[in-house]
Amino acid sequence: MAYGPGITWGDVGKRLPVRAAAALAGAILCLGLSAGGATAQEAPPRHTVPVDSMVFETPPPPFRDPDIFPCSQCHNADMPPNLQRRQLVDMHDDIVLKHDEEHRWCLDCHDAQNRDRLHLANGTLIPFEQSYKLCGQCHGDKYRDWRAGVHGRRTGEWNGKKQYLLCVHCHYSHEPKFKGLKPLAPPIPPGRKP
Amino acid sequence: MSNASSALPAAGTGRGGSLGRFFLFSVRQVTSGGRGYWFWVLGLAMVVALGVAAYVRQATGGLITTAMRDQVSWGFYIGNFTFLVGVAAAAVLLVIPAYVYQWKPIKEVVILGELLAISAIIMCGLFVMVDVGRPDHAWHLIPGIGRLNVPSSLLGWDVLVLNGYLVLNIVIVTNLLFALFRGKEPNKKVFYPLVLLSIPAAIGIHTVTAFLYNGFASRPFWNASILAPRFLASAFCSGPAVLLILMQILRKATRFEIQDSAIWKVAELMAYSMFLNLFLLGAEVFKEYYSNTEHLIHMRYMFTGVNGHNTIVPYMWFSVVCSISAFLLFLIPRTRRHPVTLNVGCVLIFLGCYLEKGMGLVIPGLTPDTLGEIYEYFPTPNELFISAGIIAMGSLVFTLLVKIATPIMIEHNASARHD
Amino acid sequence: MSESISRRKFLCIAAGCAAAASVAGCSDITHTSFFRHNFRDMTPDELKKIIADLEREHSATFGKQVLVGVDPPMDGVSFAYALDISRCIGCRRCVYGCVGENNQSRDPQIQWIRVLEMNKEKGIDFQEANPYYDAEEVPRPGHFYLPMACQQCENPACVKSCPVGATWREKDGIVVVDYDWCLGCRCCLSACPYGARRFNWGKPTLPAEEMNPDTHYLGNRPRPKGVVEKCTFCIQRTRRGKYPKCVEVCPTGSRKFGNILDPESEIRYILEHKRVVVLKNELNTHPRFYYFF
Repeated sequence: MAYGPGITWGDVGKRLPVRAAAALAGAILCLGLSAGGATAQEAPPRHTVPVDSMVFETPPPPFRDPDIFPCSQCHNADMPPNLQRRQLVDMHDDIVLKHDEEHRWCLDCHDAQNRDRLHLANGTLIPFEQSYKLCGQCHGDKYRDWRAGVHGRRTGEWNGKKQYLLCVHCHYSHEPKFKGLKPLAPPIPPGRKP
Repeated sequence: MSNASSALPAAGTGRGGSLGRFFLFSVRQVTSGGRGYWFWVLGLAMVVALGVAAYVRQATGGLITTAMRDQVSWGFYIGNFTFLVGVAAAAVLLVIPAYVYQWKPIKEVVILGELLAISAIIMCGLFVMVDVGRPDHAWHLIPGIGRLNVPSSLLGWDVLVLNGYLVLNIVIVTNLLFALFRGKEPNKKVFYPLVLLSIPAAIGIHTVTAFLYNGFASRPFWNASILAPRFLASAFCSGPAVLLILMQILRKATRFEIQDSAIWKVAELMAYSMFLNLFLLGAEVFKEYYSNTEHLIHMRYMFTGVNGHNTIVPYMWFSVVCSISAFLLFLIPRTRRHPVTLNVGCVLIFLGCYLEKGMGLVIPGLTPDTLGEIYEYFPTPNELFISAGIIAMGSLVFTLLVKIATPIMIEHNASARHD
Repeated sequence: MSESISRRKFLCIAAGCAAAASVAGCSDITHTSFFRHNFRDMTPDELKKIIADLEREHSATFGKQVLVGVDPPMDGVSFAYALDISRCIGCRRCVYGCVGENNQSRDPQIQWIRVLEMNKEKGIDFQEANPYYDAEEVPRPGHFYLPMACQQCENPACVKSCPVGATWREKDGIVVVDYDWCLGCRCCLSACPYGARRFNWGKPTLPAEEMNPDTHYLGNRPRPKGVVEKCTFCIQRTRRGKYPKCVEVCPTGSRKFGNILDPESEIRYILEHKRVVVLKNELNTHPRFYYFF
C-alpha cells in the first residue's frame, strides 16, 4: 500500500530500527510514525480529507537560505529519490536532527516525490506554509493551544485580526528546543543619588 | 523660655479686654522676653531656616533627595508624623483626670498638654506636606473642592480627624485662655462638652493613624489588630514624657506653679502605659516568632537583620533597652518621684518610643518589600535637616504659645489663691 | 493662549501655593495642572481644552506631534491578562518594550515590569525572588521567571487607599492614575501587594527621539515628578483593539491578553483549559492577571 507516492507502510516499518543520524529539511512528525509500526501489517485508510481544514495566515516559513526554496530546483526529475535511510554527506549535511532522531529521518516529513511539499502521516501533502498541521500530529495539545492563540506569540488585535507565527518560527524544526536568550539589562537597584 | 514674668503685668491690664486686646497682648508677649528667650527663639528660627533651605532643595530635585525609593516608599517623615500624632493624642491622658475626675493639681497643666497637642499636630501636618510629591495638590484633600476619598481611604480619614483635632484644641485653648485673660472662668456649657469631645478625638486620631497602617493587607507587619492598641500605649508613654520634662522646665523658668503631685500622678499613669506598651510588644513578638510564618521576616529584619541587612537592628535594640529601663524606673515609686531618675526615665521612654515609631514601625513594615526585596533605608542628611526644621518649627510654635499662656495661667492661679 | 497660561500662573501664585509648592509643581511642564479637575469630573469642553494644552506642551517639549488620547472603555469589554510561567524565560524583552511604549523615565529609571527570577525548588516564594539576575543566557537552570506588573485587581487595595481619588478602576477593568490629580502621598505604594506602583522620585527624563507620541491621558503621556504611575495594560493601544506592547514583544509568546467577557478570547480559553493561579489570593484583591502553566 502506498503511503504517499513512493513510500509504503512496509518501508517505514522496515526502516524504523535503522540508526538515525539523518539530515532532514522539513518539520515534525511522530504520531503517524508510532502508529506506523503498529499498523504496518494492515493498510491504513488513506485520508483524502485533511486532518484539519483550518488554515491560518502566517508569515512565510523561515528558510535559513532564502534561495533554497523551491526544493524542486534541485530535487527534480534528474535526481531520483533515494529512499534509503542514511546519513547525508553531499548536501544538507549541516543539518543535525535533534528531534526524536532515533525514530525519524528526512522523508518522514518531506515528501520524496514532491519536495516542495511536506506530507502528513496519512499521506496528505501540505505546503510549508501549513507546517503547523504536520507538527500538530504529534503535538496535539500545543496545536490546540496555538489555534486558540494561547501557544506562541500573537500580534495584531485582541478583538480582531491577529498575526500568527508558524511553529518553526520559534522552534527550528530539526532542533525544536527553544533557544535561550541573553537577558536585557537588569534594573538598577535602588540607591542614593549623590 | 526664661523669665515670662517680665510680661506679667500685661495680663493684668488685659482683664475684661476684647479679643483685639487679647491679640495685642499675645503679640506683646511673644515679642518681649529675656536674653535666654531670644536665644532660644532665634536658635529655633535658624534651624527652621536650615530646614526650609533643605526643603527647597528637595522641592527642586524631587523626593529623590531622600533615601526613600519604591521599595521603601515611606521613611523618616512618616515615622515622625506617626510619633507626633501620638504626642498630640497624649494630651488626653491629662484631660481625663483633670476634667472627668476633677483632679485639681493636673487641671492646671492640662493647658500645656493641649498646647503641645496643637504644636504636635502642626508638625504632623508639616511632615505629611514634606513627604508628598505634589504639595500643590493638597487642595484635592479639601472636601467639596477636592475629592477627599472617604470613607475608603484611611489617609483621608486621618486628614479629617487631625484637622478636626487641631481645630478642637485651638478652640479649647483660646476659649480657656481668653476667658482667663478676662479674669473669668470659661463658659462651661461650651467648654466642657468640647473638652469631653477632645478625649475620644485624641483616641480617634491615634486610632485612625494606626488604622492607616493597619489597613494594608499587603504589609503583614502592620496588618495586625494589636497595632492600634500598641499605638495608644506608646503614645501614652512618649507624650507625657515630653510634658513632664516641659513642666519641670517651666516650673524652673517661670513662676508657673506645677505641683509635684501632678507630676507624680502623670508619672504613675505613664508606668501603666509603659507596662501595656511592653506587654503588647511582647505579645506581638511571641506570635511572630512562635508561629514562624513568612510574616516573621519583618520582625527578623528589625531585631536580627536578614542576610546581613541590619542597618536598623542597633536602633531597635537600643529602643527596647530604653523602654524596659524606663519602665523599671517608673515602676518603682521611689525612682519615679526622684527628680533625676524621673527625668532619666522620661528621656529613655521618649527615645524608646521615638525609635520604635520613627524607625521601628515604618521601616520594618516596608522591608522587605512586597516582592521580597530588601532595600536598606536610612534617612539622608537632607531628610534629617528638613525633619529638624519641622521639629524646630513645632518647638517654636509651642514656645510662643506657652509664652502667651504662662502669664495668664500664673495670674489666674494667683488670683484663685487670693479668692 | 499664552494669556491664559500666564493667568494660570498668576492664579497659581495668588492661590498661595507657597514658594516650595511652586517650585515643586508650578515650574513643571504641567504647571497648568494646578487648577485642573480630576479627570472624572471634567466637562467635555474642559477636557478638550486641556487635551489641546497638553498636546501643545508635549509637542513643543519633544519636537514632534504628540497626541493625547482619551479613548473611553469599550462596551462589553473587560480586560484580563494571562502569563505562561512555564514558558517565560526571563529575557526582559517585555520590560524594555514597555519602557519605550509607555514613555517611562530613563533616569531615574522607572520600569513598570519587574521580572523575578525564582528558585524552582522553592516555588512562588517572594523571599527567594531575585529581580537583578543577569546571565549570558536565560533561562538559567533551576530557575523560573515571574514577571510582575500591575495586576489590575478587581478589588484594588491601591484605589481604596488613595486619599484624593486620583486612581480608580475603569469600566474595562484597567486601574488608572490621573497624574495631574495625584498627591504623591504613596499610600498606594504601601497598599499594593504586588509592588506594581512606581513613584517619580525625581524629574523623569525621556529622550525626545525615543518618546512615543501616541499617548493616552490616563496612560503613557509624559508624567511630572512627584506622582505615581504604573502599568495600564497599554491603555492607549488596548482601547483601540491592539495588544499591549509586552504581549507583542514577548519572544516566547508567554503573554496573553484579551476580553474576559468574550468566550472566544484567549483569556477565556486559558481560564477554561489551563492551571491558573493568581498571586496572593488570600488578600482578596482578585487580580485580573492570571499566571498559568
